[in-house]
Amino acid sequence: MEIGIYSFGEVNQYSNGEATTDVGKRLDGLVSLARAADEGGLDVVALGEHHRPDFAVSAPEMVLATMAAETERIRLTSGVTVLSSQDPVRVYQQYATLDHLSHGRAEIVTGRGAFTESFPLFGYDLNDYDELYDEKLRLLLQIREQESVTWSGRHRPSLDAASVTPRAAQSPLPVWVAIGGNPASGVRAGTLGLPMLIGFFSGTEQFVPHVQLYRRAAEQAGHAPDALRLGASGHMFVGKTSQAARDAFFPYYSDYIRQMGLTGGAPLPRRAFEQSIERGLPVGSPQQVIDEIMKRVELLGITRWLGQIDVGNLPFGMVNDSIELFMTEVAPVVRRETAA
Amino acid sequence: MSTENDSTGIVAVLGVGRVGTVVARSALRAGYSVNVASSGGADRIALLVDVAIPGARATTAADAVRDADIVVVAVPLGKFRSVDPEMLVGKVVVDIMNYWPPVDGHLEDFDGDASSSEVVAQHLGRSRLVKTLNHIGYHELEQDAAPGASQRRALAVASDDEDAAGQVATMIDRFGFDPVIAGPLSAGRRFEPGTAIFNDAFTRSALEAELGLSAIAQA
Repeated sequence: MEIGIYSFGEVNQYSNGEATTDVGKRLDGLVSLARAADEGGLDVVALGEHHRPDFAVSAPEMVLATMAAETERIRLTSGVTVLSSQDPVRVYQQYATLDHLSHGRAEIVTGRGAFTESFPLFGYDLNDYDELYDEKLRLLLQIREQESVTWSGRHRPSLDAASVTPRAAQSPLPVWVAIGGNPASGVRAGTLGLPMLIGFFSGTEQFVPHVQLYRRAAEQAGHAPDALRLGASGHMFVGKTSQAARDAFFPYYSDYIRQMGLTGGAPLPRRAFEQSIERGLPVGSPQQVIDEIMKRVELLGITRWLGQIDVGNLPFGMVNDSIELFMTEVAPVVRRETAA
Repeated sequence: MSTENDSTGIVAVLGVGRVGTVVARSALRAGYSVNVASSGGADRIALLVDVAIPGARATTAADAVRDADIVVVAVPLGKFRSVDPEMLVGKVVVDIMNYWPPVDGHLEDFDGDASSSEVVAQHLGRSRLVKTLNHIGYHELEQDAAPGASQRRALAVASDDEDAAGQVATMIDRFGFDPVIAGPLSAGRRFEPGTAIFNDAFTRSALEAELGLSAIAQA
């Protein structure tokens, strides 16, 4: 079982002014967080990619490269690389470079992205949303297998025996497919025989069909079951007690949901927050968070859990307290309970 | 599970993404026969339907809607024009879609003050459009369902066609929610993104109050 954290590097602010909106400070904070996670024995740190003014990270591989220099053993991944609006050649080069800098600790987690601001920014048509991802993912996989690439498709100029270097230190460089709620994404990940990271906040049961689809599609495509791998990611906050965690986290989470526009401009009501926790959002005491991770292990068969440790640009002191409890009281128990 | 001679009726769901699959499962659970179709074609979704919507029939869009009593359009809003209006002439059609720019991108069609369903209705001019199921999370459609229960979650139903609204209200009830007739399609603005109704869950009386229908309810 691998246990880790991820961040989107938000730079949103709250009415009490407690959050960091300075991009430099926020990035420094992320590197410190990676150092703490590495020293505290976590296995993975992941960074998302957003192209909006309320996020500090549009180029996660740059931040991951800095983290590589400051850490010893933690794995460094994107979460996600919005592959649809990127050039797979460049993505491979960047992560192959990161792989060498980190001595074999780099991974690429690809996805279509929850937001779509990168499409107009890089000149892509949102109408090609799914086709772009599919074509670019297949090209990325071909580049991963072959140093000399001959390829043609619809959304990128053709490649004729093109040399894509440097080659990654790991062989193969891990490439994941991240999915949200769309069941067809599970089929795609299984068909390609790639590890799949399921991003969701609550309602673990509802992802059982996605996992079944993933396994069935992989079987149909001839991939061995033991070549498959599942992970889950989502918002997380660990407090000393259940009530303390909820009370501390709620005002920030509610306002963050509003600021992200997830509700069209209204704060998340407390009732909806409490219900989300009842239905599986890992917010609470260490034991509650352990139970939620174990539920994902049991129902979905995950062997990697990534918690979004600073969701909503949470004040640094709260993030520190949460990750400390996560590393000392949650991770050891989950490791023990999942050890074969 | 429903059979061919089930009197409950046939629901067709266009789109088998995160929303369409959950709606199709809800309809199956409610006793409807369910046809599903996707832009990818029936063969490409065979496995998906077999695993995620067992009991539903995967077919073409035209075939799915032909005998359907209710058609649910669950495609990304940006693709609503890909739905052929000809095949939906005279059909009761549920518009479950919402306009959310961070995901849909900027869509000029929806810049105005009208409900997104009024824009969709212009495209599907000769169908009997009903707006509902848009103000509940797709995951909640299964989690909050309480068939036959009292004090359950209520869902707003808006349409310019009262009979169509009534048919869809019956389906909402069978799904396990209290239907509340909100008025004409233009009333759909009151439960779109950014409204209190969109962001929270309400029982029937609370939803009627939010919609300003309390006086009518008491009459």
